[in-house]
Amino acid sequence: MSSVTTATADRDDRSAGGGRPATNGTGGRPRRRFRLGGGGIRRNERIAGWLFVAPVIVLLGVFFLLPILMAFWVSLTDWRGQGSPFKAGVPFVGTENYTDLFTQDGLARRDFMTSIRNNIYYVAIVVPIQTALALGLALLVNNRMLKGKGFFRTAFFFPSVTSSVAISVVFLFMFANSGAINAILSMFGISGPAWFSDARGLIHLLLGLVGVDNPPSALASGGPLGLSWWDWLSGPSVAMCAIMALVIWTTSGTFMLMFLAALQSVPVSLDEASELDGATRWQRLRYVTLPLLKPTMFLVVTLGLIGTWQVFDQIYVMSQGNPAKTTLTPAFLSYRTAFKDFEYGRGAAIAFVLFLIIVLLTLAQRWVMRDRDKPARRFR
Amino acid sequence: MRRTLGLRGAAVAVIAAGTLLASAACGDNFDDGGAPAQQTTGPAALQILIGSSGDAETKAVNDAAAAWASKSGNTATVTPAQDLTQQLGQALAGDNPPDVFYVDAGRFADYASVGALEPYGDKVDNPNDFYQSLKDTFTFDGKFYCAPKDFSTLALEINTDLWTKAGLTDADIPTTWDQLKTAAQKLKAKGTMPLAIGDTRDRVGAFMVQSGGWIVSKDGKQATADSPENVAALTYVQSLLKDGLAAYPKTLDAGWGGEAFGKGKAAMVIEGNWIKGAMTNDFPNVKYTVHELPAGPKGKGTLSFTNCWGIAAKSKFKEQAIDFVKAMTTVDQQMTFAKGFGVMPSRQSAADQYKAAFPADQAFIDGAAYAQGPVNAPKMDSVLADFDASLNTLAKADPKTLLGTLQKNTQATLGG
Repeated sequence: MSSVTTATADRDDRSAGGGRPATNGTGGRPRRRFRLGGGGIRRNERIAGWLFVAPVIVLLGVFFLLPILMAFWVSLTDWRGQGSPFKAGVPFVGTENYTDLFTQDGLARRDFMTSIRNNIYYVAIVVPIQTALALGLALLVNNRMLKGKGFFRTAFFFPSVTSSVAISVVFLFMFANSGAINAILSMFGISGPAWFSDARGLIHLLLGLVGVDNPPSALASGGPLGLSWWDWLSGPSVAMCAIMALVIWTTSGTFMLMFLAALQSVPVSLDEASELDGATRWQRLRYVTLPLLKPTMFLVVTLGLIGTWQVFDQIYVMSQGNPAKTTLTPAFLSYRTAFKDFEYGRGAAIAFVLFLIIVLLTLAQRWVMRDRDKPARRFR
Repeated sequence: MRRTLGLRGAAVAVIAAGTLLASAACGDNFDDGGAPAQQTTGPAALQILIGSSGDAETKAVNDAAAAWASKSGNTATVTPAQDLTQQLGQALAGDNPPDVFYVDAGRFADYASVGALEPYGDKVDNPNDFYQSLKDTFTFDGKFYCAPKDFSTLALEINTDLWTKAGLTDADIPTTWDQLKTAAQKLKAKGTMPLAIGDTRDRVGAFMVQSGGWIVSKDGKQATADSPENVAALTYVQSLLKDGLAAYPKTLDAGWGGEAFGKGKAAMVIEGNWIKGAMTNDFPNVKYTVHELPAGPKGKGTLSFTNCWGIAAKSKFKEQAIDFVKAMTTVDQQMTFAKGFGVMPSRQSAADQYKAAFPADQAFIDGAAYAQGPVNAPKMDSVLADFDASLNTLAKADPKTLLGTLQKNTQATLGG
């Protein structure tokens, strides 16, 4: 019996890498033997270690790293979907697929820049609103006075667990010209727009209110990267706004849950102490709760940024980039270029540029959020 | 020390695993430069991928394929695709395409230009019996690639009740652009939206043909988008839109012209023969008549839409596949398809039979004589999609600018 225990402990110790002292009553014996064993045993350990991680490395390699490398190769070729892209005879074009997107004046660049413009507006509106909404909902649900918390939590979270395709179809009905949204608007005497066929940008609409219908000549011609300034400044189209509303509604539930988890780990005593110190509700939120939520805030904003730059299924279901390309996004453009136009190389190139954009923005955001923390600590 | 070893070890392992897998995954694809080996003896197992319009079509093709298989001693598996373009793209990329598949006319040049299709068109029986415009559609670089399956054309459908309610008679049925406008004004006076027209080149383009223009030249090598004829056509359509004489289906709260027409939101619509099925199924009580599209300054014009029976260049059973297509394109088989799911036979010798069976479709089949097929050049899809997007804004935009952009993009695509 005792010898069996010793043997088990022994084996445990080896596979764990040797750092952990044996503590289960067998004294120093296994440790000493371990030291005496020296390199031989450690070599076995290393092999065992590799064997243990091998499944993960193989899985990641096959389903992650390898496809990425293959896609990168495709993005350097003019492969048109005939046979394998890795055989001889596939035209290698170097970085042409990338330069087409940035320096070559043509349809490819205009489409890509239009999609970038649309997505910038989309991100700039969706991320702040969904974060604020999620935080607000979490604070509401976390309120100690609230009755029926469970119900509200479920109600707010429900859109997040429903299939995005199903919700998109429901929204298509709601935003139809004679749908629920326009019916409600007409009760207030507003005749709603034809949501999914309205390509006018919001900023253009606002300018139209003050009588600027046609672009001032300074904005009409010239502008960076193939779009005129007037096009860059169009604002999100009416159709895009409907999609934004949908995304904000569905995702804020998920993020509410994250905020809620963080809020529940905030000690009540802190809140009470600040209340005793005479802090108002706003001050307590601003100076006690929010700083404690900072890691969660970072998580939510990061996930929000990544998710919004990759928006695809709503676009695919609801608008396919229409009307007038105002709901075209890089992710959808990449899909369309590759699988509908058979320009697999350019489609892959768009995907890589999108990846770079997301990485850079996440790094920038990390830098911004970390930077602000330091002076705050110094001054308070 | 240990750490660096570990990292290096990891890197080596990943690269090793990657190389191994890469060679395993692609090994069998490296050496297939030449023509695939043909199986000439024994029964063939044909894979057929179709983009079906519905259960009726799937069933009809299945029946026909089963009949061919039992007669010829081969097997034939028909698969209806969810998304034909994408599935076919994947199959071609994976070097394992189906033997026979539908090829949409608008996509034909994309496939033909990369060598995915077997140019077998002249090997079917009596190839000159196919309508010339359909043969032109499936000809690339002078080679007739594949046999047209069937076709559709655009015509003008008129809602009988709304028409008579506005005090219009058969004598008012428009045959020219001016008459179309006059009739539309009368309908509008009665508070009816006169015309629903889809906001794509596949509907508006008909006006360009009537005006004597088209996006590319006859041989598909030159861009002719900004010709004065095209400007005239778009200006005419724009005037209809501006005066409230025509509207896009979306602004009538319909997914397509047929829906707007069926719901009675427009008295006329320009659609193809597929509207028959939709009207019977969804709006059985709406009475309507079908007429040829009004002629423009350069005479009659309409658009044709068609698919062909593509045979993969990499198929192992080309002989059998051609035999299969022969069986699918006989006059009798085409008439069976026509009765099964309402398409028009692509053979001229079937026209009389078809007219006898479907007298109401006279206008559709007459259109074949002067129909224009889709743009027959590779890589044009995104250019045309861009044009479609700009047609969205036709009511306010300058036709010349729209066509100028189309011209520039078309030139860039055809030239490069």
